[in-house]
Amino acid sequence: MDLDSLYQEIILDHYRSPHHAGLREPFEAQVHHVNPTCGDEITLRVQLDGQTVTDVSYDAEGCSISQAAASVMADLVIGHTVDQAMATHEAFLELMQGRGKVEPDEEVLEDGIAFAGVAKFPARVKCALLSWMAFKDATAQVLTKEQS
Amino acid sequence: MLGLLPGLEVIRKDFPILERRLSGDLPLVYLDSANTSQKPQVVIDTMVDHLERHNANVARAMHQLGAESSAAFEEARDKVARFLNAPSRDEVVFTKNASEALNLVANTMAWAGPLEVKAGDRVVITEMEHHSNIVPWQLLTERKGAELRWFGLTDDGHLDLSNIDELITENTKVVSLTWVSNMLGTINPIAEIAKRAHEVGAVVVVDASQAAPQLPVDVQASGADFLAFTGHKVTGPTGIGVLWGRTELLDQLPPFLGGGEMIATVSMERSTYAGIPHKFEAGTPPIVEAIGLGAAVDYLTEIGLENIHRHEQAVTGYLLEGLAGVDGVSVLGPLDPTQRGGAVSFEIDGIHPHDVAQTLDARGIAVRAGHHCAKPAHKRFGVQSSTRASSYLYTTPAEIDALIEGINYTKNYFKVK
Repeated sequence: MDLDSLYQEIILDHYRSPHHAGLREPFEAQVHHVNPTCGDEITLRVQLDGQTVTDVSYDAEGCSISQAAASVMADLVIGHTVDQAMATHEAFLELMQGRGKVEPDEEVLEDGIAFAGVAKFPARVKCALLSWMAFKDATAQVLTKEQS
Repeated sequence: MLGLLPGLEVIRKDFPILERRLSGDLPLVYLDSANTSQKPQVVIDTMVDHLERHNANVARAMHQLGAESSAAFEEARDKVARFLNAPSRDEVVFTKNASEALNLVANTMAWAGPLEVKAGDRVVITEMEHHSNIVPWQLLTERKGAELRWFGLTDDGHLDLSNIDELITENTKVVSLTWVSNMLGTINPIAEIAKRAHEVGAVVVVDASQAAPQLPVDVQASGADFLAFTGHKVTGPTGIGVLWGRTELLDQLPPFLGGGEMIATVSMERSTYAGIPHKFEAGTPPIVEAIGLGAAVDYLTEIGLENIHRHEQAVTGYLLEGLAGVDGVSVLGPLDPTQRGGAVSFEIDGIHPHDVAQTLDARGIAVRAGHHCAKPAHKRFGVQSSTRASSYLYTTPAEIDALIEGINYTKNYFKVK
């Protein structure tokens, strides 16, 4: 198996120096997600200003793939609208579920294209998706709170 | 190397999967036997032969095939009874795995009867248990308003027995513990703990899932009142486990699952139950799996559990030596191979266990990474997960060399000094 297709340099860079890491104030929702089979964990906070994601902060413990994915995810959603962030999430999900057959769009996914190789390792796909699932959950909680 | 099984190369030929080439035409280095063991040809052939020539339901089929199938199934029970040195074959209950065996005991102790765990009673477990020997007792004590307590661990991975008299008290009804830890490898002094438990009249449940593959198990000498293990870790198939229990205790427990073949007679109002072991075996059992397990324990007995234990100690000692020679590697659990089994969990500074396992897998080396269903034991040592290499009777020193080389390669790949 081609290890280098999984561990792209971009992924290892994000792993060694994750962007936007640490838990910050203010935040409107905080969630805690775990991957029960492997034990990876993330605590993630979301702050919105209207429809714009103004901050995502997190404290994550896990493998290089899950750590790097959280870092890239925060890069991709902070400063964007919720709709844009969800569209990026859809594109990333499609890439991850594509078994290595989906051609990623760098315009949309930026450093996220480095995860194309992860899709060929089914056991690792959930590592890459953990932080995205947490973001989606936290954002949904903020929006529900604001509507009620 | 002293202690290795004589004829190791011949033994390896008994396991066809060890010939597998993996992606990149790499030979398989299987170091995940504490997760599940590989299967010798004799187990595979016994199961295939049964399915091809003797398949029928057991106990309920009055034809020739039914008689053959029943005889083979019950003969498997005899083999397991001999493997455990059980005083009676009726004390061997087939379950689907060790988890079900432990749940059988924990669930039936919730019901009215001489062994009922009541509000205010205490159940004692340990911090090094597999989740399957934690959660059933949490469920029982929560349901009954009983108290759950546990032995802590010392820094070197042994049970902390210093407060045994405070833990095992007059109101203690159950002491349930593992014989060999699946994460730390520790071999626990179960007879000594059983002695204290019996002084207060508690029932001793032993999880032998990791012990049965590599230690001679004599239930009569062990001090256990109940003992559970699973087939797939003793070179048998999945889907079959064993609960052994002392006759007088099994007789006192109410039935677990209701259904076919566990009854004496059934009317619409009430039923009476079969004697042990069938009282606990409702429904069509895993027949071919039990027969495969019988072949497996015979295979191990023929090689000799003492010999297998010596082999495991030799290989584990060599592995611990190898790991000690790699900077940044720390082993969780006892460092003396005479005090432990063949599962060795370790950490590499700066590299997550999943990344270690992935990198080793790319070199054909199969290990386990994660919490190994022992989250509390990991937490005790301040780690979220670990990498675990576990050997068995077919493991060679050359495979340990391959692992150590793989660890050095992994450190290099992730640029860790």
